[in-house]
Amino acid sequence: MKSISVTIFMLLLVLVACAPAATTTAPTTAPAANTSAPGATSAPAATTAPAANVELNFFYPVAVPGPITQIIDGYVADFKKANPSITVKPVLAGSYQDTLTKIQTSIQGGGNPPDVAVLLSTDLYPLVDADAVIPLDDFIKQSGGDAYLKDFHPAFMLNSQSQGKTYGIPFQRSTPVLYYNKDLFKEAGLDPEKPPKTWQEMADYAVKLTKKDASGNVTQWGLEIPSDGFPYWLFQAFAISNGQNVVSDDPSKVFFNTPTTVEGLQYVLDLSKKVKAMPEGVILWANVPNDFSGGKTAMAYHTTGSLTNILSQAKFNVGVGYLPGNKKPGGAPTGGGNLYIFKKVSPEKQQAAWKFIQFLTTPERAAQWSIDTGYVATRKSAYDTLLMKDFVAKHPQYGVARDQLQYAERELSTHNSPQIQQIFGNGIQAAITGKKTPQQALDDAQKEAERVLVQFKP
Amino acid sequence: MSDLSSANPFATERVSVSSTTGSIARSRRRAQSSLLPYLLILPTFIFVTAFTLLPTLNVLHDSLFRQNQAVRVPRFVGLENFANLLDDPGFHKVLGNTLLFVVGTVPLSMALAFGMALLLNQHLRGLALYRLAFFYPTILPMVSAATIWLFMYAPEYGLVNELLRVGGVRGPNWLGDPSWVLPAFILMAVWKQAGYYMVFYLAGLQGLSSDYFEAAQLDGASWWHTIRHITFPLLMGTTLFVTTIAVVASFQTADQIYVMTAGGPDNASNLLLFDIYETNFRFQDHGSASALSVVLVLILLVFTVLNFRVVERRVTYD
Amino acid sequence: MTRRTRQAMLTLLLVAVSAIWLLPIVWTILVSFRPATEPIVSGRIWFGSTLTLENYATAFRIAPFGTYYLNTLLIAFGILAAQLVTITLAGYAFARFEFRGRDLLFALLLLQILIPSAALIIPNYATIRTLGLFDTQLAIMLPYCGSAFGTFLMRQTFKSVPRDLDDAARMDGANWLQVLRFVYLPAGTASLVAFALASITFHWNEFLWPLVVTNSERTRPLTVGLAVFTQLGELGAQWPLVTAATLIVAGPLFVFFLIFQRQFINSFVRSGLK
Repeated sequence: MKSISVTIFMLLLVLVACAPAATTTAPTTAPAANTSAPGATSAPAATTAPAANVELNFFYPVAVPGPITQIIDGYVADFKKANPSITVKPVLAGSYQDTLTKIQTSIQGGGNPPDVAVLLSTDLYPLVDADAVIPLDDFIKQSGGDAYLKDFHPAFMLNSQSQGKTYGIPFQRSTPVLYYNKDLFKEAGLDPEKPPKTWQEMADYAVKLTKKDASGNVTQWGLEIPSDGFPYWLFQAFAISNGQNVVSDDPSKVFFNTPTTVEGLQYVLDLSKKVKAMPEGVILWANVPNDFSGGKTAMAYHTTGSLTNILSQAKFNVGVGYLPGNKKPGGAPTGGGNLYIFKKVSPEKQQAAWKFIQFLTTPERAAQWSIDTGYVATRKSAYDTLLMKDFVAKHPQYGVARDQLQYAERELSTHNSPQIQQIFGNGIQAAITGKKTPQQALDDAQKEAERVLVQFKP
Repeated sequence: MSDLSSANPFATERVSVSSTTGSIARSRRRAQSSLLPYLLILPTFIFVTAFTLLPTLNVLHDSLFRQNQAVRVPRFVGLENFANLLDDPGFHKVLGNTLLFVVGTVPLSMALAFGMALLLNQHLRGLALYRLAFFYPTILPMVSAATIWLFMYAPEYGLVNELLRVGGVRGPNWLGDPSWVLPAFILMAVWKQAGYYMVFYLAGLQGLSSDYFEAAQLDGASWWHTIRHITFPLLMGTTLFVTTIAVVASFQTADQIYVMTAGGPDNASNLLLFDIYETNFRFQDHGSASALSVVLVLILLVFTVLNFRVVERRVTYD
Repeated sequence: MTRRTRQAMLTLLLVAVSAIWLLPIVWTILVSFRPATEPIVSGRIWFGSTLTLENYATAFRIAPFGTYYLNTLLIAFGILAAQLVTITLAGYAFARFEFRGRDLLFALLLLQILIPSAALIIPNYATIRTLGLFDTQLAIMLPYCGSAFGTFLMRQTFKSVPRDLDDAARMDGANWLQVLRFVYLPAGTASLVAFALASITFHWNEFLWPLVVTNSERTRPLTVGLAVFTQLGELGAQWPLVTAATLIVAGPLFVFFLIFQRQFINSFVRSGLK
């Protein structure tokens, strides 16, 4: 027994010793220079190459299962070659939601906070409210100011700025598009080069594309619009294209129950209940690409990020079109993640982080990133690169999302975005599943959201 | 379930107390004023104090404060967090779902477990294989099982609806329909757990003396009669024990919700522990989440106390 | 009904139920070997075109399952090592010592059984942060290092050891540790093994707590790694890849179970009841 217990005790000691002391690495107090605007005090120090090595904690989520880790690792290695004094440590933190949660945790004093991170563009207000991130305007001035900012698609900047300040630099950004099966279009007597442009057209096409077997069971759906995971996102397209978005630049206001939005929800509901061209109930986000490439649905709403995957699976001609509009054409929200720099880190690190952000968002890299992942390249000049020009010429489907961006609007982003998005999503699902009428569901959601948001009013 | 600790010690406690009273005199003589026993229990108590006793007090304390993304410095609000819960239709739904899930899962898995144990208690060929078939879901991590079932429940190409189609039935949109999503979770929980509970029944059956059954056979009792009036009553202890661990485990369901639905559609599959997780970690509403935790702790305490009384009564009257 | 027909019917019933129970895993295994570039359509999974190992290779390339394995092993066996010490010592104390406050302390201890740690996930998480242990394997392990249930189990086991053996050993001049080592532990081995198997199974599979207190590949156990892998966020599910990852995670414990099936099941019974 003695030997056993001694062994076990030793084991425990080793374990305790092995556990990295998170407290020692976490910065205990923010340096004084940090509380003022970062660029002003830190820029001069950092432009001369820092004597000591700077280590950057870089948090990023995986939203796509591709070889993102390898791509990021490649970027990090290239960056190190160009900037030997800066070492970037990439941390794959899980889903977007988990990454935000973890960062909020580390801000409250647990674990290693990141110095720079990719987070949802809609995490802007939670991050600002937690005093976690810094405005990047001083850095942007160093790097070309407005000329630099204007190169990013304006739609992406809507969720990156607040009260005249820029907090996020667009990185892996997306937007939903309409996928359609050209072969099935042809079969149904529809022009495979003309996806539906309006709600009415989409409903008509969907009916023509729905097939039933002898006993009346549907074997092929006309359309699938996913409504789980983040139901608010795709639904926003129906609010936007019907006249009014559900959110403005005031982070404590939402417009969930305006007549146009209620009408939009009624339309989605009718696609299943009246037109009977879409499955009833909530359609799972995860299943839709498989349904589409398996020929179970002829049209589908999904993120442009799914394009690469769908092209590799589908054994038919895949068409990509704008989301159909009603009162406005192709109104889609933007989505995806921005790069943020964190507050409680030294000015040297902030400067190094900015350098890294610059590196990640060069037009060439934005182009390569888009080709590798299916995300939209965030900068206009990325589409002028030879690489991208060739690519879009070969695969015109990749150009659709970019062109649609001219109609895109702000994604639902408020104080406590995750909860507000959930409230709105629950309302949408309540209507889709027939538990409430669209009016009732959206009234309730509006009331509940106001109850949460009122706490943020000064 | 939280740990092995979810097993119920009361089921056997009564036996041990009476069996040791005789020896107390001797041990008292031996080790009375020694410090040694305190040292022996010290490591255990450090952990239990740090991770059970103090946290229980902490969560009670925090449930009386408001702390969220808008109110960053905790502010005392008395019972307001609880009042808000009572007003919140979402909470009512979560509570209802949780109770439904427990009531749906526990009896069904136990009935199946009992049936499986009866079947496996025969002398048949290939018993090991059948036992393996029933038991393997137990050792599958819930996250893995949930991933598999998320796939199986896919309405267009999932295994469940594919099988139903073979039988000429068009299966529902399992996880997308508020009236099917809880049954879907219950079905999966039964598949995952029945084999585990079966093992306890199997052990109970093998511990029964064959005299009872020989007597029953002499009386010409039917198979069903024997089970109903002899086997089942004799295994009452096992049933109570399994009920306890099954109920406690069901109240702590969260992993599969995280993987499969995140509580949707419209909270139709949201259960208490997942709600706690989401409220605290995703919505950063610490006060409400603490209040929710207090509710969960209270439910578990009330259940355990009730269960203890049932056990006690059986002990007294049997 | 003759004995033979009854026997045949029982077998049929068993086969049917077993088949239903086995279907999910059989299906999962099949899907994991189907090419990822094929759409998932009815029929193609059962009678698909080709089989490939590519999904497993891709899964291993995308996520560091090797690190996750090591973490899970460290966590499961680390917890077990600590538990074996704490429950043996405390079980011994409660079984064979008479001391002031014993019953009260025992009752306090049993509170851990009544209030499972899952219900205390929020305050425990705060504790871990205060200790500066966030995102360490130790953070996952600490709450489980003391086990009321294990203590209870060992107390019951040690109580069944005859007093005379204990007395005889002490007569020979053995100290408490020697008595524990040579008299009690041999009698408690079976219980400890049972406890060990159940403990490892539980902690191998645990998810929510490690999810909450870890943040990086360095510390993440298999279950959390799998969830990270399957929560694909923006894309639809790539089932061949996801099922391969699922089986990578479940595989080893599975093989272990196949080999030690009998002991495993017996141990579960013992850990719960005796």
